[in-house]
Amino acid sequence: MEETGIGIWGVPLAIFAGAIRVSTPFIFVSLGETITERSGRINLGLEGTLVFGAMTAYAVAVMTGSPTLGVLAAMMAGAVFGLIHGWICKFPKVNDIAIGIAMMQFGLGMAFFLGKSFIQPVAPKLPSIPLGGWSSTPQIQAALNINVLFFIGAALALFLFWAFKNTRIGLILRVVGDSTDAARAMGVHPDRVRLLATAAGGSLAAIGGAYLSLYYPGSWNEGISSGQGLMAVALVIFARWNPIGCFLAALLFGGAGALGPALQSVGVTQGYYLFYAAPYVLTLVILIATSSPTRSLAGAPGALSLTK
Amino acid sequence: MTIEANDPALSIASEKPTSLRPILEWIARRAEPVVIALAAILIGLALFSLFILAVGKSPVTLFQLMYTGGFGSWFSVQNSLSRAAPLLLTALCVALPARLGLVIIGGEGAVVLGGVAAAAMALPLAGTAPVFLTLILMAIAAMAVGGIWIGLAGFLRHYRGVNETISSLLLSYIAIALMNQFVEGMLRDPASLNKPSTRPLPAEYMLGKIPGMDVHWGLVIGILACIVSWIVMEATSYGFAARIAGGNVRAAQIQGLPVGKLIAGFTALAGSFAGLAGMIEVAAVQGSANASLAAGYGYTGILVAFLARHNPLAIIPVAILLGGIDASGGLIQRRMGLPDATVLVLQGTLFIVILFCETFYGRFKIFNPDLWKRSL
Repeated sequence: MEETGIGIWGVPLAIFAGAIRVSTPFIFVSLGETITERSGRINLGLEGTLVFGAMTAYAVAVMTGSPTLGVLAAMMAGAVFGLIHGWICKFPKVNDIAIGIAMMQFGLGMAFFLGKSFIQPVAPKLPSIPLGGWSSTPQIQAALNINVLFFIGAALALFLFWAFKNTRIGLILRVVGDSTDAARAMGVHPDRVRLLATAAGGSLAAIGGAYLSLYYPGSWNEGISSGQGLMAVALVIFARWNPIGCFLAALLFGGAGALGPALQSVGVTQGYYLFYAAPYVLTLVILIATSSPTRSLAGAPGALSLTK
Repeated sequence: MTIEANDPALSIASEKPTSLRPILEWIARRAEPVVIALAAILIGLALFSLFILAVGKSPVTLFQLMYTGGFGSWFSVQNSLSRAAPLLLTALCVALPARLGLVIIGGEGAVVLGGVAAAAMALPLAGTAPVFLTLILMAIAAMAVGGIWIGLAGFLRHYRGVNETISSLLLSYIAIALMNQFVEGMLRDPASLNKPSTRPLPAEYMLGKIPGMDVHWGLVIGILACIVSWIVMEATSYGFAARIAGGNVRAAQIQGLPVGKLIAGFTALAGSFAGLAGMIEVAAVQGSANASLAAGYGYTGILVAFLARHNPLAIIPVAILLGGIDASGGLIQRRMGLPDATVLVLQGTLFIVILFCETFYGRFKIFNPDLWKRSL
């Protein structure tokens, strides 16, 4: 018996560590989608943006040797995807949900096409901060080895929560999201605001992808995402378009996602695939519990097509 | 855009109708979706060509290969038709709910679970029960499971207000996890080592080929499903009620139409078609249920349905076209050294352009006889 001796406590510890590790992409994608949806538009294509961001970040990190440049390149690529979505959606009779599905397929296709040659090379990883130095148990040290992007995501959630309420830009965004007519009366161009909000959402989602390919699991392949981009959209509804709610919900989802690997690490292999489905089941149950057929969702932006 | 004479009664009263005019009007009204869809495909192909030029390859060679691989020979035509068969059914899974105003994108999950249900049904029957009975029972099991799966998304939409696009996609991820659990767990054939599968269907129980062709009966089943769906949509009171509910839910409710039952019923019907696609994959192609069931037919079906503007009859040519593009993927990969995702890029580009072109409906006077000049 060696250091594996923390026994059954390994499960909650692994879930805790997994929640932090797995939740980071959820945090970024859901914050991005919150910005977009607060402006009254839904971008279902963030799954494609996420995967394209993962590929871009990995490719740039391989070529330049700098993971930071990789993240920045992913943000730019994500913003371009958002701009395409936002620009197409401003035309009449164009359905933003359907465009999102198309952008998802397009993003996945482009990422697989351009990323084919980057499956082999190894990219440098994003740095993490070891907070577990006080402990001598390697599992605790590993669990508290937390990536910088997690802290940036947490800070961003707090900032957005403040900014939606207290800044001019936040107010304009919310007005556009609640009533297109009111925004026009104020002299704001709703389409322009939504275009920028979708671009911002896309670039945040791409950071989530960069985290996947540059930190955890830390490689680029065609199965890099397991639907995080899509679950994040459901997560935003659950979090009631509140950035801090998004952060907490992302942690919950991360924990659910870590359940299967955590149990596997202590030898529970029965029903592994069912645990793998836990985050999806959780998302669905939460959606069922928080939706209502009669009233529109509390806190939902008025102009959002999702809740009509 | 100015509207000059949008009162048809006025224009008819003040002119002498020529014998040609009704025919022209008939053509014009039906030409709009065809012309706009073809224009969208051309624009999409042009953008895709730019992309191929940008990566340093020749789009001309690519399109030639696409034609050769998809429709260039009798062999490739049969290959395309075989690939079109599941697309016909998965496209119906999107098109039928769309007529009710629902965007269902989880057909992949119904395909996968339908395949597992069909394989599970065949396990005790194969070798003992008559072939035809076994196939019928497999189809029923697959359709029931697929129907429940997608019907659940419709049910949740109406009775709980859950967004059906997200719930159907979540259900499809859950379905793939369930399939892995079944195929690697209790239904696994111990002889399948590298690729966990269910016990293979004996050869005599496989769904055969159409006589004189190297295409399985799935194509005929798919085309029949499209025709039946078209009849249900256009010629029955259910289809009429569904179209009213899709146009305006409030109006349908005020009329006393059972909107909830329509939504649940049509989504279940749609899901049962996708489930049937899974059964056909098992009974005509794979011979067993395994991870190959999640081959993306559900996702390509979304594109087929949107291209066909959710018209079940239009799905038939569109599915064959996309089946051909799909079939040419391997040839493009081998001859031009392009990744297999090339087809995905093309599909994504076409999808975006087609949705974008929705904005052109009603913008061209030529398609609207009410706006024509009287001199015609």
